[in-house]
This record gives sequence, C-alpha cells and structure tokens, in this order.
Amino acid sequence: MSFECSDHLNYKVLHLTGEVDLSNSSKVRRCLLDILDNGQSVIVDFSDLTYIDSSGMATLVEGLNAANKKKLTLAIANANGAPLQVLELTRLNQVFNLIASVEDIKE
Amino acid sequence: MSDNQTQSKTAQEPSKDQVLIQVNQLDSAYGERKILKGIELSVKQGEILVIMGGSGSGKSTLLKNMLGLMQPTRGEIIIDKMNINTVDKQQMLKLRRTMGVAFQGGALLSSMSVGDNIKLPLRQHTDLDESTISIMTRLKLELMNLAGFEDLMPSELSGGMLKRAGLARAVIMDPKILFFDEPSAGLDPVTSVELDQLILELRKAMNMTIIVVTHELESAFTIADRIAVLYDGEIVKTGTVEEIKACDDERVANLINRKPREVQIDGEKYLSRLTEGAE
Repeated sequence: MSFECSDHLNYKVLHLTGEVDLSNSSKVRRCLLDILDNGQSVIVDFSDLTYIDSSGMATLVEGLNAANKKKLTLAIANANGAPLQVLELTRLNQVFNLIASVEDIKE
Repeated sequence: MSDNQTQSKTAQEPSKDQVLIQVNQLDSAYGERKILKGIELSVKQGEILVIMGGSGSGKSTLLKNMLGLMQPTRGEIIIDKMNINTVDKQQMLKLRRTMGVAFQGGALLSSMSVGDNIKLPLRQHTDLDESTISIMTRLKLELMNLAGFEDLMPSELSGGMLKRAGLARAVIMDPKILFFDEPSAGLDPVTSVELDQLILELRKAMNMTIIVVTHELESAFTIADRIAVLYDGEIVKTGTVEEIKACDDERVANLINRKPREVQIDGEKYLSRLTEGAE
C-alpha cells in the first residue's frame, strides 16, 4: 500500500494505492487526521485502491467524524469494485459523500 | 507529501481456481474409534464449501482437524500452502490470524461484555488505536444487526444473538478463511435466512473463503458453491447443489430427502454388546 497527497481547489486529495488493511491502516489514519487537524477538507481517492478492510473503513469513519466536528468535508472519489462492495456491505455508502471523480467535488 | 516508507505490497488478485485448503487422505480417531476415513477435499479461494452430514457423520471432527485442534492419525491438511500438521507454533499462530471461527453456541467469554468479546482479537493481535477498534466493533455489530448490544453481557443475549455476536468476533479481523459451525441451528427461519444472506455478502465483499458445517438443507442449498456429504466418516459425494440434488447415491439421497438411515445390525455383535460382562 502507498499513498500520496496533492491539492485540488481548496481540498487535499489523499490518493490510496493497493490494499489498506490491518498492517497499514494506522498510517492512513495518521495522515488523514493530520490533514483535518490542519483545517483542510479532504477527498480520499479510491481510483487505485484494490482492497480495503474494516480497519481502513473504521479509519475513514473516524476521519469523517473529525471532519464533521470541524465543519470540514471528507469525500470519497472513484469507489469501484471490491472497495465499493465493502462500503455497501457496511452500508457506509449511505454515510459518505461518494463522488464519481475528484473533479466532481463542489467548492 | 508522499509516504516513501510504505510497504510495496501489491494487491494479488487470487485466481478463481487457486486451491486454498487441501485435505489429503485424512484419517482421524478418538482413541480406537476411527471417525474420519480417507478424506479428500479441496476448497478454492473465495469458495463457500458446505460440509453436510447427519449426526455422528464426522462433520465436527473434520472441522476440528481443519482448525488444527486435532491431529489426524493419517494424512495431511494444507492451508494457504502450509501443512498445518507439521508447521511450528509461530507459523500456526500466523496462519490462525488469517482464519476466523464461529462456533455453534457463539463461544463468547461470559465474564466480558459483548463488545469486549468482539474487540479481543484486535487488542491481542494488532496495535490499532482504541478508537479504530471501537468503530470496527460497531461496524461488525451493525452488520450482524446487533447495534446497541455492545455493553450487554453474553448471558443477556438470546441464542440467535449469541450466534451473531460470535460471528462478529470471528470476522472482526476480516479473515481470509471463515469456518462456521452450524450457522442456522437453533435460529428462527427469518434470522436463519438473514444469516445466509450475510454469509453470501461477506464472501462477495471480502472475497472470503467460507467453510460451513451444517445439516440444514435449505441453508446449504442457498449458500453453497459446492457441498461435501459426509457419511459414516467418509465423503460420499462432493458437488454443486444441482449435482448433490441429482445424486443417486442412496446415502446422499436419504440425507436430501430426510429419510432415516437403516441401521444394519450384526446379530451376534449386538447380542455380545448387550450381554458383555453379564453372567
């Protein structure tokens, strides 16, 4: 798993690649919470994410909760395949703001 | 900003035909009493295999062997390329972390709340933050329709709830392989159907390989990719639901048609058992 951050409008884009699981979700968590602590909204880009387990989902839930408390936005872009199925299984597709692509975010 | 220290773990899409569990020529016994005889079985990655059979057919013994809880008297079991009968303790521990087991009665620790029971594997085997563990636990409780039951003690749950809480604990670490002993036993029909759907969803979303031991026909026909029928310690047929339904082997047909088995009695041996030790 690897991840990198870039900027899009006034959002940070957290681009995840590979698999997020028990062995690495803590790193994603730290990065996500750091971005939100710095007062920036974030788009988590799933386009190159092949798998995410429940520790990864819990990390995103924690991030969303932190974002809501700070009146920031956390959106998920490009959710497809297995990661989308996990979102659906956990019914978190009804909780997160899912957007088709990073460019679809509304300012 | 980028994370250069992250692992270069590549997602490996398992081949559909990749065998994850292989049982070769397995014999198992309790003392002198031979329970399993020459079991041959393979389970593919992402497959749901249902092991069916009547009471005393050897289902639970096969499950115990696959979990490494019993040593076979002959043969071997290979899971994820590891022979579980010869691997060392460390390797077995590593393998067990990729396996989840839901026991028939839930097997929760009675001294802990439902939530703490479910959190236990994560607290023991990971260094995840407690807030992540807490959300993961609630996600699984939601999935099992047990939202809000986190702080109750196991003794305060019904049989069906205990089973679902046991399943929540079994899948808390998103195991690669899930073993499920009698999922439908003791459940009302609606809860039973919901649990079947949940098993199918878990496989679909997590690509879990699932081995279910059951004697519930409806449940087996709903969830199974393949069914292995055990009779008197031997696998008499392995096949898809259609193949099992169409099987003309009397032992399989009797199980499918709920026909009681005819017990063949050896008159002399029977008399000897009844009168052994008597004057």
